[in-house]
Amino acid sequence: MGKRRKGIAGGLSAWLVYAAVALFVVLVGGVFLSVLLNSFAVSWFGGWLPDGFTGKWYAFAVDEFGLWNVLLVTLIVALSVTGISLLVGVPAAYALARRDFRGKSLVLGLLVLPLLVPPITYGIPLATMLYEYRLAGTLIGVILANLAPALPFVVLVMTPFIEQIDPNLERAARMMGAPTRRVFTRVLLPLAVPGILAAGLLVLVRTVAMFELTFLTAGPNSQTLVVSLYYAAFSAGIRPGQSIDAMAVIYMATTLLLLLAALRFVNPVNMVMRVRD
Amino acid sequence: MTGAAQRSKAGPRWGIDARLLIFLGPALLLVLALFVYPFLYGVGVSLTPSEGREGIFSSYAAFFGDARERASIWNTLRIAIPVTAISLLLAVPLAYRMRRPIPGQRPISALFVVPMTLGVVLVAQGMLTFLGPAGWFNKTLMGMGLVEEPLRLVHNYIGVVISLIIAEFPVVFLLLLGYASGIDPNLERAGRMLGAGAWQRFYRITLPLMMPGIAVAAALSFVATFAVFPSAVMVGEPAGSTRVIALAAWQAAYERFDFSMASAIAITMAAIELLFVAAILFIRSRLYRGPSTGGKG
Repeated sequence: MGKRRKGIAGGLSAWLVYAAVALFVVLVGGVFLSVLLNSFAVSWFGGWLPDGFTGKWYAFAVDEFGLWNVLLVTLIVALSVTGISLLVGVPAAYALARRDFRGKSLVLGLLVLPLLVPPITYGIPLATMLYEYRLAGTLIGVILANLAPALPFVVLVMTPFIEQIDPNLERAARMMGAPTRRVFTRVLLPLAVPGILAAGLLVLVRTVAMFELTFLTAGPNSQTLVVSLYYAAFSAGIRPGQSIDAMAVIYMATTLLLLLAALRFVNPVNMVMRVRD
Repeated sequence: MTGAAQRSKAGPRWGIDARLLIFLGPALLLVLALFVYPFLYGVGVSLTPSEGREGIFSSYAAFFGDARERASIWNTLRIAIPVTAISLLLAVPLAYRMRRPIPGQRPISALFVVPMTLGVVLVAQGMLTFLGPAGWFNKTLMGMGLVEEPLRLVHNYIGVVISLIIAEFPVVFLLLLGYASGIDPNLERAGRMLGAGAWQRFYRITLPLMMPGIAVAAALSFVATFAVFPSAVMVGEPAGSTRVIALAAWQAAYERFDFSMASAIAITMAAIELLFVAAILFIRSRLYRGPSTGGKG
C-alpha cells in the first residue's frame, strides 16, 4: 500500500468544496452558538452580545415545561421501544440471516416499507386507530406508534450483522449436544452483542428524535422531549424565547450524549445506514 | 437415513416450519398491526366520503380540485428536490476527497454527526437568531459592506431550504463516505498507470462506482425532506410558499377534523414519494452493479 496521495482533482474544485464546507460549519456553529448564548441571556435585542447572563431560563424550563416529567416520559418511551424492538427484532433478524424460505423477499419488502414511507402517511390513520382503541394519548399508544419504524430498523440492521457470524460455531455447539436455547444464549448472543448494542443505541436515538409519530399520538401527559419542545416553540410569544432555547439546549445535550455513547460502538459512517443496500 | 443426512447438510432449508414462525412471527405481526393495517385503514378512510361530499374518490377530488391544496404538492417538491440536489453536490466531492483514511478522519466525520443531534427546533430557533435581520450573519455582511439591507433568510422559502440542508447534508455525506471508502484504491491506481488524469479517474472510475450509493442517499434524503413539516412552520411561511403537503394533511386532520381528506392527502403523499423513490431505484438498477473491490492477483 503506497502512502503517497497524488493528483488532487483540480485546485479550483477543491477550494469550492472547502469553501462550501466552511460555510456549512459557520452556519451550524452560528446557529448553535446563538441558541446557547440566548439561553443564558437576560435579554438580547439586536446587539452583538446579550445584555447580561443568567441561568434562570433553565430553572424556568424545569418549572414551566415540567422538564423532569417530560424527560421521564422520553426515557420510558425510548427504553420500551428499544427493548421491545430488540426482543422481537433480533430473533426475526436471525431467521432472515440463516434461513431461506418462500416469500422471503416479500417479508423483506414489508420490513423496508415502513422506513421508506414518511411516518405521517401511516401516522394519521394509526393515530385514528389508536383513538378508537382508546390508546391515543397514553404512553402505550406512543410506544406502539414508535415501534412501527423501530422494529423494521432493528431487523434490517441486525440481519447483515448476524449473517457475518460464522454458522459453523452454532453447528459445533449443536453437535456437542447443546439445545437450541443454549446455542442462542451461549454462542450466538455473546457474538451478536456489539451489533445489538449498536442497533439498540441507534433505535434509542431515533426514538428520542422521532417527531411525527409521537406528535400525532401523544396526549398532554405522554409528550416526549421533542414534541413538548415543538409545542413550546409553536406557542412562542406566550413564553420567552430564551426558555425555549434552554429547552432546545437540553434536548441537544440529551441526544448528543446518546450519540456519543453510540459512537463508541459504531463508526459514524454506519450510523446513517438506515436501509441495507 | 436420507432425512438425517439432509438435515445435517449445510445448505439452506426452504420449508416454513414452527421454528421459523416462532422467530419471525412476532415481528411480522407487529409490522402488520402497526404499519400495514393502519395504512390500509387509511386507504379505506380516504375512500369514505366525509359529510357534504359524495362518491368514493370525493376526498381525492376535493384535494386535487382545490388550487391551494393542490399547490402543497408543488411547494413540497420545490423544497425536497433542491435540498437533495444541493446536499449531494456538496457531499459527493467531499466524500471523494475523504475516501482514503486521512489524519483526523474520525473526528471530522464525528463533527458531521453533531448537526444530527441539534433537532429541528434548535436549528429553527438558532436560524431565527443567527440569520435574522439583526443576527450575526447579517451584521457581519453589512459590516463588511457586502449588502445594504439585511438579507431575508428566515420566514420564507430560503429558510426552510437552509434548515433542511443542515439536517440532510450530514446524513448524505456520511452515507456516501461509507460507499466511497469501500472502493478499492487499486482501481484508481490502475487508471493512473494507464494514463488517466485526476478528473478522468474521478469521472470514469470512482463516480460510477459511487453511483449506487448516490442513488440510495438521494432516495433517503428525498424521503426525509418530502415528509417534513416542523421547519416549514417555524422558519418558513406556512400560510404561503412553504405550506407543504404534510402540513396540509395535518391541518385537514386536526384543524378541520376531516379525516377522510387527511387520509386522502396522506395516501397521495405516499404515492408521490414512492414514485420518486422507484424512479431513483430504477435509474440505479440500470447503472453498473458489481464489485467495487477489484480482482486479486
